[in-house]
Amino acid sequence: MPKDGGIGASSKRREDLRFLTGKGKYTDDINLRDQTYAYFIRSDVAHGTINSIDISAAMKMPGVERVFTASDFEGVGGVPCGWQVTDRHGQPMQEPKHPVLAEGKVRHVGDPIAVVVADSLAEARDAAEQVEIDITELPAVLNMKDALNDGATKVHDDLTSNLCYDWGFVEENRDAVDAAIKGAHHVTTLELKNNRLVANPMEPRVAVADFDSSTDEYTLYTTSQNPHVIRLLMGAFVLGIPEHKLRVVAPDVGGGFGAKIYHYAEEAFCTFAAKQIGRPVKWTSSRSEAFMSDAHGRDHVTKIELALDKDGKFLALRTDTHANMGAYLSTFAPSIPTWLHGTLMAGNYTTPLIYVNVKAVFTNTVPVDAYRGAGRPEATFQLERVVDKAAREMGIDPVELRRKNFITEFPYATPVAVEYDTGDYHATMDKLLELSDHAGFEARAATSKANGKLRGFGIAHYIEACGIAPSNLVGQLGARAGLYESATVRVNATGSISVMTGSHSHGQGHETSFAQVVAEMIGIDESQIDIVHGDTAKTPMGMGTYGSRSIAVGGSAMVRATEKIINKARKIAAHLMEASEADIELKDGQFTVAGTDKSVAWGDVTLAAYVPHNYPLEDIEPGLEETAFYDPANFTYPSGAYGCEVEVDPETGKVTVLGFTAADDFGNIINPMIVEGQVHGGLAQGIGQAMIENCAYDDDGQLLSGSYMDYAMPRADDLPMFTVDHSSVTPCTHNPLGVKGCGEAGAIGSPPALVNAVVDALQRAGHDVTHIDMPLSPDRVWAAMNS
Amino acid sequence: MTKVTMTVNGKTVSKEVEGRTLLSAMLREQLNLTGTHIGCDTSQCGACVVHVNGEAVKSCTMFAAEADGAEVKTIEGMANADGSLSTIQAAFQEHHGLQCGFCTPGMVMSAAALLKDNPKPSEAEVREYLEGNLCRCTGYHNIVKAIMAASGQDVPAVAAE
Repeated sequence: MPKDGGIGASSKRREDLRFLTGKGKYTDDINLRDQTYAYFIRSDVAHGTINSIDISAAMKMPGVERVFTASDFEGVGGVPCGWQVTDRHGQPMQEPKHPVLAEGKVRHVGDPIAVVVADSLAEARDAAEQVEIDITELPAVLNMKDALNDGATKVHDDLTSNLCYDWGFVEENRDAVDAAIKGAHHVTTLELKNNRLVANPMEPRVAVADFDSSTDEYTLYTTSQNPHVIRLLMGAFVLGIPEHKLRVVAPDVGGGFGAKIYHYAEEAFCTFAAKQIGRPVKWTSSRSEAFMSDAHGRDHVTKIELALDKDGKFLALRTDTHANMGAYLSTFAPSIPTWLHGTLMAGNYTTPLIYVNVKAVFTNTVPVDAYRGAGRPEATFQLERVVDKAAREMGIDPVELRRKNFITEFPYATPVAVEYDTGDYHATMDKLLELSDHAGFEARAATSKANGKLRGFGIAHYIEACGIAPSNLVGQLGARAGLYESATVRVNATGSISVMTGSHSHGQGHETSFAQVVAEMIGIDESQIDIVHGDTAKTPMGMGTYGSRSIAVGGSAMVRATEKIINKARKIAAHLMEASEADIELKDGQFTVAGTDKSVAWGDVTLAAYVPHNYPLEDIEPGLEETAFYDPANFTYPSGAYGCEVEVDPETGKVTVLGFTAADDFGNIINPMIVEGQVHGGLAQGIGQAMIENCAYDDDGQLLSGSYMDYAMPRADDLPMFTVDHSSVTPCTHNPLGVKGCGEAGAIGSPPALVNAVVDALQRAGHDVTHIDMPLSPDRVWAAMNS
Repeated sequence: MTKVTMTVNGKTVSKEVEGRTLLSAMLREQLNLTGTHIGCDTSQCGACVVHVNGEAVKSCTMFAAEADGAEVKTIEGMANADGSLSTIQAAFQEHHGLQCGFCTPGMVMSAAALLKDNPKPSEAEVREYLEGNLCRCTGYHNIVKAIMAASGQDVPAVAAE
């Protein structure tokens, strides 16, 4: 029987009531009295020298409050990078300044040059047309390999080259890996691209800033996944505002997928300008602006080599990747191709020797940072593609080759520095084969063939790492932040509870699922619990939501704080019942003395805490409010088997996704309905990457896919119904809920499954096709078949 | 400036608007009906869908002045008279057809228009009708389920639970 509340129940989402009736409160719905509107003038060339900016005509336009350029930001810091990677030779990465507004040069289409602030957006836009900017265009740096040639045009004149870092992992393994590959029975080699994507949360970014001169306090409303991180980065590093004078609020946020993690120049601009002009400043991104100013994702070019013995056992793996950083370093950009990518290269397999080389490169493109999965999709894609290719080259069934190399004993220390705590990869593979009716595939393929279509089935088995931690380790790896999470549990006098969490919900349903956890622990109804998030004035310092960390890290902090509450409440209950604390049991919201019929209700205990007339004042303080900060001992390691069935039209190359099955192990599940929804969304993004999405630049650095007219977002009729399963459960051993996280899995496991399926379809039809780069558009598939 | 008068969610309203003012802007900025969302600038995303004289319209594609004299319905007017969720809204909650909620108003308005014209759509018809509404969170799976359920059709028949 499904539960009707608490952990494991598919509780309906409480946040839906406001979203379904138009009462959601998103940042663009916030308007402050006497507010002004900011309009950003952005570079329309990829690379150039700014000769002059003439704002005099614009300043005279109706409604204009002020026009800002880089000269107004002298003394203001650049937009900081939050992670410093150390290269193969022990040197820190090259780290250019990222000014709020372009200083002397523009470095990508969309780089902000000047901002008009006016009484209305229309007036700001009209005045922007009067700003005269003279730019001498320079050659654009686009191809990553060319960018590293001697004499290549430099994106940043003050750096020695376009190389951000040359990272080797694990550097000590390099020679052993080379030797193992040289002497192997078989080596499978694959060169591939992981296409550049744009996250495209449906809500564009917005910032509304206010400065109160009576208290010297700033308030910034912004579309952020992590308001405390924005407060720290912007306050301490850009504008020099002490944190107690800066409040950052991220109210309802319409999706993030990574793109709303980072601190952006527009946030700093609005906050700075609000004080300068003495009026609130609002900026709302258009979708066109979003395409050229939200951080992009992926964009790796990789060569991967897998060495196998004659029986198909993996002996060694070597990868060589160029990772595009874009023109500047976005907040967490350097960590994505390194610590979130290299550490995952063991996948689900016992490969004993692994070496990962990553060259991060500056180009004249929008900065690249984490997008749903962030490094892990790139690792999974190349690994699951090369394993599939190896299976075909060696004549071994792709399922069997994977099974032959699965890790089966846990904990398992990989050669790439991480230790998997739990997993059961055969179980998820079994579940996939069952749910996708793998046994019936040949019959279905025969039917397709009779209809003139080519049917294929592709598999991928992924590992992912969520809740990056612990803080002292990530500090050694270059993180300039901690990666704990926080929660304050405030019990009110009559027993209702407010939980203030440092996690942030922008679609994940925390207001429902987090309440389920606390309800389960105390045994009261979920409706008695409110989850408060997204406001630095209300919540303790927390790191926010990304990397599928919220339930594993934020949920754990909430459990620890609730445990403190229960411990104190037990003391109060013991006092009220004149019993020993050791004998007090809490069940269904009642404290009882074990073995007796004496009990007090939750509400009686909470009332006593705030009206402490009959209360052990000599032993404990009044009140019932506790905070916990939780710093995980390790990552969590969700895993799963994904299967995709496709049909290819040999006449046109058009691929149709007929079915997609995801069999995941997320550890324990809090709300199955929400978990399944997360997987559906991830699958859509992964299938989108593999099938239709592509962020393209031309040779001059012009963004070709700059709107929904040009960037193919998956629509309802591009996708099938999904089959998802999470019945394989190996609980995480190091967090109190045994949870692993589910937010990114769908986007990690699906691209290789889909490409494997298309290659399978073509090979079954006799085409000598071993790889096609994503997205698998009809022209690419047709060309591969007819080359 | 032009004076426009229209009925919005059953209430008559009159506002002075510029010729270039879009219906979406008038709804959000002058009537404070912020449930209608703006997700793009090329009339692709559908977050701004409202009903004008009973037809689904992308309100970013229509000038406010063009709606003079029209009957407009927005997401704020979709709940039952007693404030409870309408059948379509309730189905979206029941089947988890929304996550971040940003595309949701447009999805609900489009779904209502679909079911008015086609009370028992097939799964393929639902998917085709939603071509003009982008969602980045749900993969559409649960939106399709919700609309099928709101039409009184058997949801497990179209989707494994």
